[in-house]
Amino acid sequence: MAKTESTFINMTATLVVVTLVAAGLLGTVFELTKEPIRLAELAKKNEAIAVVVPGFDNEPSQEVQRVFLDGDSLYLYTARMGDEILGTAVETFTNKGFSGNFKLMVGFDPDGNIIDIAVIKHAETPGLGDKMEIGKSDFHLQFTGQHPDNFKLAVTKDRGDVDAITASTITSRAYCDAVERAYEAYKSLR
Amino acid sequence: MLSKKKIMNQWKNFSKGFIKENAVFALFLGLCPTLAVTTSATNGLGMGLATTFVLVMSNLVVSLVKNVIPDKVRIPAFIVIIASFVTIVELVMKGYVPSLFDALGLFIPLIVVNCLVLGRAEAFASKNTVWSSLVDAAGMGLGFTMALTVLGAVRELLGSGAFFGMKLISGDAMLLFILPPGAFIALGYLIVLANMLKEKTA
Repeated sequence: MAKTESTFINMTATLVVVTLVAAGLLGTVFELTKEPIRLAELAKKNEAIAVVVPGFDNEPSQEVQRVFLDGDSLYLYTARMGDEILGTAVETFTNKGFSGNFKLMVGFDPDGNIIDIAVIKHAETPGLGDKMEIGKSDFHLQFTGQHPDNFKLAVTKDRGDVDAITASTITSRAYCDAVERAYEAYKSLR
Repeated sequence: MLSKKKIMNQWKNFSKGFIKENAVFALFLGLCPTLAVTTSATNGLGMGLATTFVLVMSNLVVSLVKNVIPDKVRIPAFIVIIASFVTIVELVMKGYVPSLFDALGLFIPLIVVNCLVLGRAEAFASKNTVWSSLVDAAGMGLGFTMALTVLGAVRELLGSGAFFGMKLISGDAMLLFILPPGAFIALGYLIVLANMLKEKTA
């Protein structure tokens, strides 16, 4: 087959066809993956809720309240066992991470004590900042059982009560910032 | 029937991507993802395989349509083709392997501007047959994957004392190697090694 000449009509027609085919293909793939993506994100959220307020028998992702703080939304999920409220999982964020924004799920018991904290989404340096994740270090354990009113959510360098992750002070500060914001949201709805 | 010579040629075409014309160690293409994602061997492998997929698909399509596309608009047309495959990879990863997407997500869109992909489309697929282009893409992509995995493994081993996520020593190792400067240092030494290997085989 001979090579198509670079005339104006040929060029326009080619680019139109190429972009149309590409758009059609992408639309199809988007539709096909929409459901799996939604499920994967939901599963991740539910997993995080189950870690920070364990033992519920309702569907906390259905019992959601929204709080607007510092330019973004925080979501509060209520975990129940029968009629008893086990606690609240707060989906919180910070914009102060080493690589910008990251999201945490913080679990509070009905008295406001922190149960546990899970990382939902982050882009912190692997091997350094990502030690805030459960299972990668014991950093998150120091929050367990603490009440933010008598536990200053700041690293020791800033005269707080939190032992920072070695070589990741910025990440640790951002983590405290996110937990503090979660507590603000939790307080505002009580 | 494929003659012996043809098979030999295709083998050469395939194997050149590993050492002789390796994208990272010899051509220095696609260094941005190379340096950015190789903080662990698993990340390097995942990024390499994603790039290989895009490379194979774009080489295939480009070599199929090479005669239809007028010369003057070939670059925009190739970029649209490449970008489409990258977006497909991104959506599929997000839906079916979310954990890998969490690690690589930021860098997937960067495959579009990876010079390796456009470079092979322009320099090889737009001039060669479909079959040769596929072989070329597979060789180049797997060579790229190998380079990223080796670099990731070296950095993970030195930086966090682990191998493919398995901790070999407790605590931290030389943290420098996980940080960006360590990427340059490790890559420099690996290039020395690759050059020594090349001289031996030449």
